[in-house]
Amino acid sequence: MSATLKRVGIWLGLPVALVTVWWFASAGSTDFFRPSLQRIVQAFRETWLGPRFVEEVLPSLARLAVGYVLAVILGVVIGVAIGLSVRTRALTEPVLEFLRAIPPPILVPVIMLFAGIENTMKVIVIVFGCIWPILLNTVEGVRATDEVLTDTCQVYGVKPLRHLVLQSASPQIMTGARQALAIGIILMVISEMVAANNGLGFTIVQFQRGFQIPEMWSGVLLLGLIGVALAGLFHLAERRVLVWYHGSRDADRR
Amino acid sequence: MKGLLGLACFGALWELLPRLGVVPSQWAPPLSEVVRALGAEARERRFWDAVTDTLVTWALGLGIAVVAGIVVGVVIGAVPLLRTATASTIEFLRPIPSVALIPLAVVLYGVTITSTLILVVYASFWQVLIQVLHGVADVDPVARDTASIYRLPKVRYLYWPTALPYVATGVRLAASVALILAVTGELVIGSPGLGKQIALAQMSNAVPQMYALVLVTGLIGVAANVLARFAERRALFWHPSVRREVPA
Repeated sequence: MSATLKRVGIWLGLPVALVTVWWFASAGSTDFFRPSLQRIVQAFRETWLGPRFVEEVLPSLARLAVGYVLAVILGVVIGVAIGLSVRTRALTEPVLEFLRAIPPPILVPVIMLFAGIENTMKVIVIVFGCIWPILLNTVEGVRATDEVLTDTCQVYGVKPLRHLVLQSASPQIMTGARQALAIGIILMVISEMVAANNGLGFTIVQFQRGFQIPEMWSGVLLLGLIGVALAGLFHLAERRVLVWYHGSRDADRR
Repeated sequence: MKGLLGLACFGALWELLPRLGVVPSQWAPPLSEVVRALGAEARERRFWDAVTDTLVTWALGLGIAVVAGIVVGVVIGAVPLLRTATASTIEFLRPIPSVALIPLAVVLYGVTITSTLILVVYASFWQVLIQVLHGVADVDPVARDTASIYRLPKVRYLYWPTALPYVATGVRLAASVALILAVTGELVIGSPGLGKQIALAQMSNAVPQMYALVLVTGLIGVAANVLARFAERRALFWHPSVRREVPA
């Protein structure tokens, strides 16, 4: 009991201390650009806990979800196809290395050319940015499939794709998917900051341009919370998908 | 060899699809037009200024992030109490998307390189820090005991060699993240550099120039990756993970 209490204490100690310091250090702040935390929290409540959440935040998250899921599906399918064939891999590797090296946010203006500034553009931008880590990690994971297992599958007539290839590549795929999620959030915000008429990034930039500073800070806070929440959700999903992998790793360590 | 063939196919498709009208050429001009635009750009002073600005922001941000990440990581990693106490804070701060800081940076520092630099440093710092923490935690118990018996300086002989492969990975990851954020900052904030040039090209509807600039950033990205891999091999020539790749 006291051990858990101690762990909770250590876990929460520093964050609580930091927020407390921020709260009191900024209390009564008269600096226009650095409002007090109290004012920011108040702005947060007024700004985001209302109809704005449905009008601005949900559309952003929906675009992120659609783009991300599409990127995962496309990345895994294309990655498996490339990873299974030595020839395609050699053929496509430099092209993929190049496409991956392009910083995805600068594709916003390019994709705007043919997709306008509506939802389609944002989803395409997110797909195009998220797909590379997933695709390249899938290729690596498929390539590293144990040869003995491949032969075993062949001998016993087990369908290798589902039972072997995807399974053995899944830790790598999940690594790629985690990187892609961080990129996806960045692109969700960037695509709305560059060109949009609704969404979280758009709203925050509006606040910034209108010098509604506490509201802007509260938007930054919300973005941070969304980032943390999505990372937490991903962690849970990963634990579920890779339960066999973490189990065997733990067993190895013992 | 096959890779070159792949690149050639990619180039040929880029040239042919717009020429045959499969892709409208006002959306995606053929490669030859993009290359011509690139040639014209390369004769302009402002193009090279933009390249320099982007590279300077990238290198400066990466440098600050790497030094800060290593120092903070070794200090936190070497003291178990600090490690447990900061774990939750790091877990919380790391996933905050760096672009969330854009409006703050603009309001506090205006349309300057400093604003972009903040984004670059914030995003790449975590990449390095996390790797250093993993690296310091990976110290071999036997090496630890040996070092303490012989009273060797711990940072120099224990933490540094153990953490170096992790640091190298962290720097490589940070290098590509830093480039992304440098160009993003220029695009969105409008501080000088390639990102700003791309935004300007888009506003003046100069499509071939825009593609040319995107091509250049991609090439810089590839160069950064290659350079980071090379530096990693040089720094780790003694490490088994690198030595193993040399044919016996």
